[in-house]
Amino acid sequence: MPATILTIITGTRTTMLDDFLVRAGLAAVGLSLATGPLGSFVVWRRMAYFGDATAHAAILGVALALATDLPIGLGTLVVALAMAVTVASLAARGWAMDTTLGVLAHSALAFGLVAISFFPAVRTDLSAYLFGDILAVSRTDLALIWGGALAVLALLAWRWQALLTATVNEDLAHAAGIRPDRERLVLVLALALVVAVALKVVGALLIAAMLIIPAAAARSFARTPEAMALIAIGIGAASGLGGLGLSIWQDTPTGPSIVVAAALLFLLATLRPRH
Amino acid sequence: MSLLSADHVCVRFGSDEVLHDITLSLNPAEIVTILGPNGSGKSTLLRALLGILPVAEGRIQRQPGLRIGYVPQRLQIDRTMPITVSRFLSLPVRVTDAAAVEALARVGMAGHDADQMTALSGGQLQRVLLARALLAGPQVLMLDEPTQGLDQPGEAAFYRLIEEVRRDTGAAVLMVSHDLHVVMAASDRVICLNGHICCEGTPRVVSTAPEYRALFGLGTQGALALYRHEHDHDHAGDDPHHHHGHAHDHA
Repeated sequence: MPATILTIITGTRTTMLDDFLVRAGLAAVGLSLATGPLGSFVVWRRMAYFGDATAHAAILGVALALATDLPIGLGTLVVALAMAVTVASLAARGWAMDTTLGVLAHSALAFGLVAISFFPAVRTDLSAYLFGDILAVSRTDLALIWGGALAVLALLAWRWQALLTATVNEDLAHAAGIRPDRERLVLVLALALVVAVALKVVGALLIAAMLIIPAAAARSFARTPEAMALIAIGIGAASGLGGLGLSIWQDTPTGPSIVVAAALLFLLATLRPRH
Repeated sequence: MSLLSADHVCVRFGSDEVLHDITLSLNPAEIVTILGPNGSGKSTLLRALLGILPVAEGRIQRQPGLRIGYVPQRLQIDRTMPITVSRFLSLPVRVTDAAAVEALARVGMAGHDADQMTALSGGQLQRVLLARALLAGPQVLMLDEPTQGLDQPGEAAFYRLIEEVRRDTGAAVLMVSHDLHVVMAASDRVICLNGHICCEGTPRVVSTAPEYRALFGLGTQGALALYRHEHDHDHAGDDPHHHHGHAHDHA
């Protein structure tokens, strides 16, 4: 099926971006540029739940944006950032993170869902925010997705050595003049950006899956951190296009279909015979 | 001038005073060992000297631009992170392949540059950590219980390596340890710590100090004497820098 999609995407249209499928495919690929490297850090630092809490806060961000007439992306970014900073500062103070994150992640989602219900016009649209609406990506959305993803990529590339050192060992980083708490903030900022960008693509419920699954699948192929991040980009992009294909073929919701594709690739990577 | 000094330093965790009134200094090319029982604040002192922990009172002075090579007590790389030895050596400062190969050879790990960090044994990991610390061209090497998990021959070999590094690079070495045997004889100066500095001096002086005996008991003399013998045996005649001040008194 992905082959068919690829044929459509690479088809000779003069105004390529007019095709909603092309836009959807480009959105998926753009997102994976950010989720590959960032997801690798999420896996290495065991921040899976942290990603969940930040992503779920996006729903609250949507409600805030609707209430204040701000663009959805901006509302999402602000609330996701607030959530991420809150969680990071609680972690720094030594809170029991498992419980704290559980409380915050699900409360944010519940508050968001309740808040959104006050906007009847959006009620029918709710699933778009929960599961994404990649087939409805506009040119503007596409520009925002690529802009956000490239910003995350640039941020991570800039801080790469320091981030990696702080991830390996915080004391080692400290002794080399790196501030681990500052590097953690870089990741928090990147995470909030990715959440804002990914909302349209896979939806709030499954953003964390797009961070973790491609990176986890890439682990078994990689010998260095850089290789893992790059392979995760590839697997993320393949999942995006594959999920898009599945969605069109079987008329399934696109966000979950993308995650299904990623999960299948993870399974293949894990079951692959080792030599 | 000393490379690094602490002046009446106190470190507190909440209302707990973990370190009290610590004054010490480290001079170029000397090997100083901080010795103390578990929970005596050894690692805390090292982390305070590195600037990782804030001090509640007193002050810590480092020579401006001081290059410190740090070997942490424990390095647990998450198994989810693939990383080769040579990639690890390039954190956070990228080094050339040639420099990495040379550093590995110096610590006896030649040919291991493509190994995964998570596949190394305890002793190999300590050597790689030392190689990484050396790549920074340190003026001070700080080692936190560097021989934890090594057997005694491994331990003795590691301390010989430290002495070689000091001899070749002129770096000062500040080590933390809770074991008495090998480490005492490998040091120029020993600082005995138990929340505060109990006693300080050459290994010979410290090992006969009443404060030291109160802290570690009297049963350690045998092991110390045994090591002195081995140490002397290993190095007799081939070590021109044998000026540690401890006597090689054979029975």
